[in-house]
Amino acid sequence: MNLFAEAFAWMIAPAQWTGNYALPKLLGEHLALTAISVLIAAVIAVPIGWLIGHTGKGREVAVAISGAARAIPAFGLMILLVLLLGVLRVPQAAIITFVLLAIPSLLAGAYTGLEAIDRRVIDSAKAMGMTGWQIFWKVEVPLGLPLLVGGIRSALLQVIATVTIAAYVNLGGLGWPIIQGIPLQKFDQVLAGAILVAALALLVDLILAAVQHAAVPAGLRTGRPTRRRSRDLNPAAAPAAAPAAA
Amino acid sequence: MFTARGKRSVFAVGLVAAAALALSACSSSNPLDEPSSDSGEGSGNGETIVVGSQAYYSNEIIAEIYAQALEAAGFDVEKQLSIGQRDAYMPDVESGDIDVFPEYTGSLLEYISDDEIDVTSPDDVYAALQDALPESLTALDYAEASDQDSYTVLKSFAEENDLKTIGDLADVTSPVTIGAAPEFEQRPYSPAAAKEVYGVDLTFSATGPTTLESLLAGQIQVADIYTADPAFETEDIVALEDPENLIISSNVVPIVSSDIADDVSDVLNAISAKLTAEELVSLNVLSTVEEQSSADIAKKWLEDNDLV
Repeated sequence: MNLFAEAFAWMIAPAQWTGNYALPKLLGEHLALTAISVLIAAVIAVPIGWLIGHTGKGREVAVAISGAARAIPAFGLMILLVLLLGVLRVPQAAIITFVLLAIPSLLAGAYTGLEAIDRRVIDSAKAMGMTGWQIFWKVEVPLGLPLLVGGIRSALLQVIATVTIAAYVNLGGLGWPIIQGIPLQKFDQVLAGAILVAALALLVDLILAAVQHAAVPAGLRTGRPTRRRSRDLNPAAAPAAAPAAA
Repeated sequence: MFTARGKRSVFAVGLVAAAALALSACSSSNPLDEPSSDSGEGSGNGETIVVGSQAYYSNEIIAEIYAQALEAAGFDVEKQLSIGQRDAYMPDVESGDIDVFPEYTGSLLEYISDDEIDVTSPDDVYAALQDALPESLTALDYAEASDQDSYTVLKSFAEENDLKTIGDLADVTSPVTIGAAPEFEQRPYSPAAAKEVYGVDLTFSATGPTTLESLLAGQIQVADIYTADPAFETEDIVALEDPENLIISSNVVPIVSSDIADDVSDVLNAISAKLTAEELVSLNVLSTVEEQSSADIAKKWLEDNDLV
């Protein structure tokens, strides 16, 4: 039997569906860690990103952080935090690591979404008498939503892939078959774990691609011609934010 | 004449040259060295013996001991220490590029044997290892010192519950959790196996790198601490006895290339005879607590034991 067939055989074996390390339980732990980390990172990064995008100030700092923080060696950082915070705070140490990993993508998604909006759109909103807050909530956020969702998508993928290491510090997750299988040299188990993580990442990516598409404000989706008052208007001057840019 | 393009290409060439120079400094091998002798070469004084070690400080100390003793006996010794895990160094050991390697009987047997291992006592494991090793390798005498799994508890916990052997855990009324590396759950000495052999009910927690801290913090009641861990000297912990030989023994053993085995056996067997379990733990304490170098620790130990 080749290794892939053995990996699938391992996955469907009954031992994997009962007990403390059952696959559904591992999946739940994996998703929980991912969700909590991305949520906390969003609460931190998205308002800051919006502020940077709305005021246009602090852009260099945001770009620098987004770039540099992606290079964090997550495994090393997690072990370091576990050593510093102690064994009684292992979940906190892991979540801090994943939050730090998710922040760059969310920050970038938030501020580029707002940055990409044509200034003339903001001008026309001002001309209509909107206050700063109204412009922000009614114009900028909806138009910036597709890119923000793109940032969420990128952050989710990165965190799902990295939560694999949580199994090393006893937090479970789909990394458990990999972390246990390598010293035992059970490579069907290792491959099965890897396949599961990859499958989860792909699934989440597909779902979010659909969400990203749906996040484009209704009147701006391509394929639906917008009605123009005057035929003189150049049809190439399409509305500002490009929808669902990958 | 220097045009802008000319200046740029000179600069680029200079940059590449500087980078090449810097990168070549990263290589630790001297390209002018003679290639190391093949395993097919004859034995005898004068041939360079290569001593290797794992990327594990305790193993490195033992390798230093072997290397310095062989040097004192007149051999030419080259050290290749801190290579890595078995996947990294075993190919070199098997091919003869490395001649002497300090290993552990049980874990090496688990690594090279494809079959189920049903032996656990030190002598049986040693015999099985000798059978399992390829022709090119020989296992010399094994030492009393070991680096094997254990079921370890805090001394206070042992006193409160009157524990001496693993089987005594069955009488503890409160829930007992054992922490260990993740693969422990599937080993032949796992908690499930302990239930069969001793009748104890243990919950497993994959504490991995935090096992000792978790035991000291009271998160777990039993921990799988390797028997050479300096914590046995520095902390108040005690390993429970294993009268039924549940746990596979893993004693320190020199693995040598078969063609030099006869030449080095006297030197290395004398070391194994003096390397007891407490001695190894003390050597490890010198490394972790007093932060002495492996070379210094080895030198002092050899002098103290009249082996040089």
